[in-house]
Amino acid sequence: MLVQTKSLSFSYPGQETLTFPDISLSAGEALLVLGKSGSGKTTFLNLLSGLLTPKHGQVILDGTILSDLRGQRLDQFRASHLGIVFQKPHLIAALSVKENLEIARYFVKTKGNPIPSLLQELGIEDKAKASVATLSEGEAQRVSIARALVNSPKLILADEPTSSLDDEHAEIVIQLLKEQAITVGAALVIVTHDQRVKASISNVVEVKHR
Amino acid sequence: MNLVKLSWKYLTFRPLSTGLNLLLLAFGLSIITVLLLVQDQLEKKITQDAAGIDLVVGAKGSPLQLILSSVYHVDFPTGNINMEEAMRISRSRLIKQVIPLALGDNVQGLRVVGTNHDFLSLNQAEFASGKPWEYPFEVILGAESARILKLQLGDTFRGSHGISVGSHEHEQHPFKVTGILAPTGKGIDRLVLTSIESLWYTHEEADSIPTSSIDLPVSTHGFPPSGQDREVTSLLIQFRNPMGAIQLPRMINSGTSMQAASPAFEMARLFELLGIGVKVLQGLAIVVILIAGLGIFIALYNSFKERKYDLALLRALGASRMQLVALVVMESILLTTLGAGLGLLMGHGLLAVLVAFTTQEAFSVLQPWVFLPQEGLIIGYALAVGFLASLLPAWSAYQTSIAKQLTK
Repeated sequence: MLVQTKSLSFSYPGQETLTFPDISLSAGEALLVLGKSGSGKTTFLNLLSGLLTPKHGQVILDGTILSDLRGQRLDQFRASHLGIVFQKPHLIAALSVKENLEIARYFVKTKGNPIPSLLQELGIEDKAKASVATLSEGEAQRVSIARALVNSPKLILADEPTSSLDDEHAEIVIQLLKEQAITVGAALVIVTHDQRVKASISNVVEVKHR
Repeated sequence: MNLVKLSWKYLTFRPLSTGLNLLLLAFGLSIITVLLLVQDQLEKKITQDAAGIDLVVGAKGSPLQLILSSVYHVDFPTGNINMEEAMRISRSRLIKQVIPLALGDNVQGLRVVGTNHDFLSLNQAEFASGKPWEYPFEVILGAESARILKLQLGDTFRGSHGISVGSHEHEQHPFKVTGILAPTGKGIDRLVLTSIESLWYTHEEADSIPTSSIDLPVSTHGFPPSGQDREVTSLLIQFRNPMGAIQLPRMINSGTSMQAASPAFEMARLFELLGIGVKVLQGLAIVVILIAGLGIFIALYNSFKERKYDLALLRALGASRMQLVALVVMESILLTTLGAGLGLLMGHGLLAVLVAFTTQEAFSVLQPWVFLPQEGLIIGYALAVGFLASLLPAWSAYQTSIAKQLTK
């Protein structure tokens, strides 16, 4: 198993405890986490990425228990083992497309995926030197996917990657994520409330506020 | 891609705000640089030119004017003194050496100084070519003077009356160059030197000079001998012992029709007067630098607010908290280092322009491209300003929470 969670729970100060279903994924597998707004989807994602520390339970990624890591080591582990596609692209406006990928490479110092071929696979190789401000929303989303893949992660986390896209582009993005996960040998977890995604990914868990 | 490059990208991403802060900082620092250079060089020159002169005796008037005209050759002389009276006080046992000066003529704006050979040793002048004057109307030129007048050994020329250009030219006997001095970096470089006798004879009607005296060698030390009632302009005096400093000025100021002034004291007084202006300028420069620091702080702080996402993202990409702090501090340090470099360049450049276009003799001796160790201190100040300005934004960057920012 590449990714496993065991009886995860979390509580924000002064609020009810949230509990999450156990998941386990191998390389190339995809999982859809569905849930309504406020159900704790994003909390689940933050637990998976180690941005939040669970109250109980464990996240095991590639044999490492995330909650055992602290500070700089956790940062480094996250950066080298996880690729996160955020709800908004969050690209650095001062840098070009290529530089946005290079900076992700800089902090990890691994070889990872070669940037030109990555851009080519995502169909944005002609935008490599473009300023981020000139990209369309779809293009920006692809750059953020490319950035998530640049360090050959073990787990790709996508937070509502399709919420701002039309049907056609939503489908393209989901297919792209699935393909890339298989190519780099990573597990893929997509967190969304977007019912359209269901059609593409059969493996679904639901997060409910109990 | 690395942190330095990233902070550089952030700087160039906001060219207007970066440029404005850069200019402000450079402007403030250039004022300080100019002040530093002018003060240092003038002070050095002033102590250099007054070396070996303990007291100046001349006609009554402004003591500062007497010092400026007799030691630094910038202001007008206070008038002449009677040589008999001058010789009388020179006999004091408190005096080691007296060098009489006769001023009041010029050659194309360069001052002609009538004196004796002691003046050359006082200035530690060495000859580039030729030898000292021996007969009336023989002159030697300072290094600068020779360059400006384009005169060689053996050339002749005429002086004019007064100390500024364009006055009435003497029609009498022309001067003849017998020596040219090597550059000394002192005021003597810009003088034309001759014997006191030469100047006396120049100012007399041609027929009243006994022809025999023109052919006689002039005196090389002390006062020139004279059968007539003669005048000189001032005396440069060196004391035999410190008692001279106590007794001589009082003796001369109250007991004779002349006045005594101390170069050290008068220049200290002048600097005290100028000091107020220098202080105001320094204060202004510091205010400008502080405003630049504030500008950098505001720019960093604002851009930090816009950049909260970027910082959280960098953290998510594996940047440590200290790397974010380094990023913010580096941006500020990069900006201030550039500002300091530009400021020093502007300061030296400003002085070069000032020197090139000035007609003030006092400024033309300044060297704009001399660098002082204190300029390192200026860069230090600038870096300190940059560092301080970046502290609060850096602290905010340190506290960036990834989860809060990115999943909003």
